[in-house]
Parts: sequence; structure tokens; C-alpha cells
Amino acid sequence: MRLGLTLAASIMILASTAQADEKAVEPYVQSDANAGVLPMTTDAVFQAFHGRDGVDRIVHRLNWFHNHDPRLVDTFKAADNERLERTLSEMLCYILGGPCHYTGREMKDLHKDMGVQVFQLNAQIEDLQTAMSEEHVPVWAQNKLLAKLAPLKRMIVVR
Amino acid sequence: MSKPIYIALAIVTFELVISLTSPAWAGSEYVWGGKLDLTRGVSTIEGAGGGGLVPWALIAGNETKDGVGGQVSATSLQTHNYGLTAYSAAIGAWDRVEISFARQDFDTGKTGGRLGLGSGYTFHQDIYGAKVRLAGDAVFDQDRWTPQVAVGVEYKHASHAALLHALGSRRADGVDLYVSATKLYLDRSLLIDATLRLTRANQFGLLGFGSGPRDTYSLQAEGSVGYLLTPKLLVGAEIRTKPDNLAFAKETQAGDLFAALALNKAVSLTLAYVDLGSVATFRRQSGPYISMQAGF
Ligand code: HEM
Repeated sequence: MRLGLTLAASIMILASTAQADEKAVEPYVQSDANAGVLPMTTDAVFQAFHGRDGVDRIVHRLNWFHNHDPRLVDTFKAADNERLERTLSEMLCYILGGPCHYTGREMKDLHKDMGVQVFQLNAQIEDLQTAMSEEHVPVWAQNKLLAKLAPLKRMIVVR
Repeated sequence: MSKPIYIALAIVTFELVISLTSPAWAGSEYVWGGKLDLTRGVSTIEGAGGGGLVPWALIAGNETKDGVGGQVSATSLQTHNYGLTAYSAAIGAWDRVEISFARQDFDTGKTGGRLGLGSGYTFHQDIYGAKVRLAGDAVFDQDRWTPQVAVGVEYKHASHAALLHALGSRRADGVDLYVSATKLYLDRSLLIDATLRLTRANQFGLLGFGSGPRDTYSLQAEGSVGYLLTPKLLVGAEIRTKPDNLAFAKETQAGDLFAALALNKAVSLTLAYVDLGSVATFRRQSGPYISMQAGF
């Protein structure tokens, strides 16, 4: 009973980290494990990304591509941009070994009904590479992040 | 000369048949293109997707598992005594199957006279290839040690059978079988390939196959290592061992240092310095290599 209450309370606290201008989503249990990837053990690559500010700029630019790259626009049309940028930025910061927690939804569950195809994932990777290069992230560090994200293909491209 | 045209027609027909009957239609939308830059490889001098000398487990063309693609290439290698020109075309289907064709012209130039063949004597070879990807994903399986693995076959037909016999070669046709394992180690920006080939080709087949005393298949090792300087620029080195069947001339391993640059989604340029080793009694045959490739 006590445990149940504490759990409920902590979920509510975490849920309140969502910004006011985000749309509500179906309730879910928050956990870093939802990212589907283990984080890097040092913050060397996070530093090469220019910390949280760099990650934020990259995610903002990537989300611009989500809304302009003809290979992606249809799928992202209905997305909640505020929420997507916040949670994606948390996720990348977390994976890169930065001082962040991922509070978004579980990767597989989230993408399972979108019918994402390989060419779209590859398009998004190219756009991310462009965004990282514009932030002057060195290629070795870019590839360290891509190595972490790559196995997510099995969760995101399911058809 | 009309032969390449027939082959081009055959490839286009094959393409149409595949695109109309593709299992990719079931469940997914058919898609043109979509591969990441350089992940189709460049074209080997034998037409397969790979490095310049070594075929990789990657499949030709820009397609993903939801489509069909292809690539063509033109390559020139000038060594001190010889010139090798190769043209190739390849089709990749569903990022799974690859068929390829290459035409090689080996110009002996002035050296032809010294070999008693006549100045400018040119050997030819046609190579028909097929490759199937068996397992693994070289690019995306970053959490697994397993490479992408493919097996391939190359049927080679050399011209001038009578002369090849006179040089000691047993036959003008041959089949190579190979297995390639390729993996991108993204966290180190490294691409590594290891290939094993069963062959009895003399100088890739340009000087025929086997010889009187040595007509058995032997297992040869090939490998490539590349470093991704940018997502569009891979630099590295290759090595390829070859049989030494012919009595009149020693045959040695070949190798190269290369830079492959994706100019855009379609076109890539490979510049290399290739060392073919000793060729038809002339040692240290090395020189510049340039290859243009276009794919869809
Ligand atoms: C490694 C690649 C990817 C990562 C790390 C990733 C990550 C994320 C994250 C963190 C969210 C927000 C989670 C939340 O709202 O709780 C999200 C949402 C979304 N993703 Fe992905 N994603 C990837 C690939 C893709 C691809 C290839 C597509 C489609 C082409 C896609 C389509 C979407 C859409 C449409 C949403 C918005 C869902 C909504 O607002 O309801 N994602 N993704």
C-alpha cells in the first residue's frame, strides 16, 4: 500500500516535468530504460557535443528536418513538436553520458504503429549528421552516437 | 560490341520483373533508393559491390529491403607496363541479392612487343557475378559482434584461348567462389572486410585459369580496412592474395591504398594507388587507379 502510493506519487512528480504547452499523452511508466539504449560511461562525447546546449541545438535542427524533409514530413505531421524536442533532447543527453534522464515513452511501443521504413530511418540519420556537423561535432563523436542509436532500428522499423 | 548492349537490356528486363514481382510490395511500400552514402560500397574491378579489389558483403545499388537499385562504373589503372580498364554494371534487389557484369581490357602497350605479343596487344575478360547476403547487418548491428556475411560467385570468360594455352594456362573459363564478412565499427569509424576466395584464376583470370602442373582450386585471402573521415569519405587499404599457377611468370599478391568519396547520392569517385605485384614477368606493377561510379 505504502509502496503503491509512493510509486503513484513519483509518477505524478515525473509527469509534471512535462511542459504546459505539450499535448497530453496516454499514461506510461517513466524510466531511463524506455530509451532502449545504455548510456556511455564517460561524458567525453557529451563534451564533444558542447553539452546540453549543443544537444538542444542539434535536436531543434533535427526537428526542423522532421517538418521539412520530404521523406519524413508525412510521418511527423501530427507530432507534438514541443514534447518531441524535449524528450529527444533528454534522450540524447542521457545516451551521451550527460547529466540527464529520459522521461519519454518506450521506443518500441511509441513507434510500432507508424510503419517506419528503412529509407526514412536513413533519411533521419542523414539529417542528424547534418545537424551534428552544423554544430561542429567531430565525426568520431558523431559516429559514437550513431553506434548507440543504430540498434534501435530493430525497434523502430518493424514492417 | 553489341554484347554490352544485350547485357544492359537483360539487366533492365530483370529489374522490371523484380520490381513488379517484389515481395517488398507485401506490407511495405516500394521505395527507390534510400541507402546511406557509401553503404553500397564502390565497384570492384570485377563488378561486385565492394572496395576496388575486394568484394564486400554489402549489396550493390541504393535500394533498401523495400526496393531495387543498381550501379555502373568505369575504372582505369595504369601501371608501369600495363593498363587495365574495367566497365561494370550491377543490380541489387531488396538489399539482399546482387547480380553484376564487368568487362576488363588489359592493354599490354609497348610491353606487348617485348613479350612477343605485338605492341598494344590487349587481353579481355567478361565476368558475370552473383552475390547473396546471408546474415547480419554491417551498418545497424552495432550492439553485436556479428558481421554482415554474403557468398558470391563469379563466372569469368577470358579471350584469346589459344594464346592463353601457349602461355601455359589450362583454360579460358573459370569460376571463383567467395564468402565475405563486412562490418562497420561505427564507434571507431572503421570499416573492415575479410573475404575468402576459391579460385584458380591467373591474374584475376585475364591470363586464364590453372596450368598444366597446377590446376586445382586454392583458397585465397582478401581484406579491406577503411576509416570514415566523414560520412562521405572513406580512406583505407586493401590486400588480395592470388594463386601462382603459371610457370613462365611468378604471380604475387595485390594491394592498394584508396580514398572513396560520395559526391552525392548517385555518384562516387575512388582514387587509389594499386600494386598488382609481378605481372607476366614484369615486376612491381603499381600505379594510379581512378574509378567513377554512379548508382540509383
Ligand atoms: C534512432 C532513431 C529514433 C529515435 C532515437 C527516436 C526517438 C523518439 C522520441 C524520444 C520521441 C518522443 C517520445 C515521447 O513523446 O515520449 C519520438 C517520437 C516520434 N518519432 Fe521517433 N525516433 C527515432 C526514429 C524515428 C523515425 C525513423 C521516425 C519516422 C520516420 C520516427 C517518428 C516519430 C514520430 C512521428 C514521433 C512523434 C510521436 C507523437 O508525437 O505522438 N522516429 N521519437
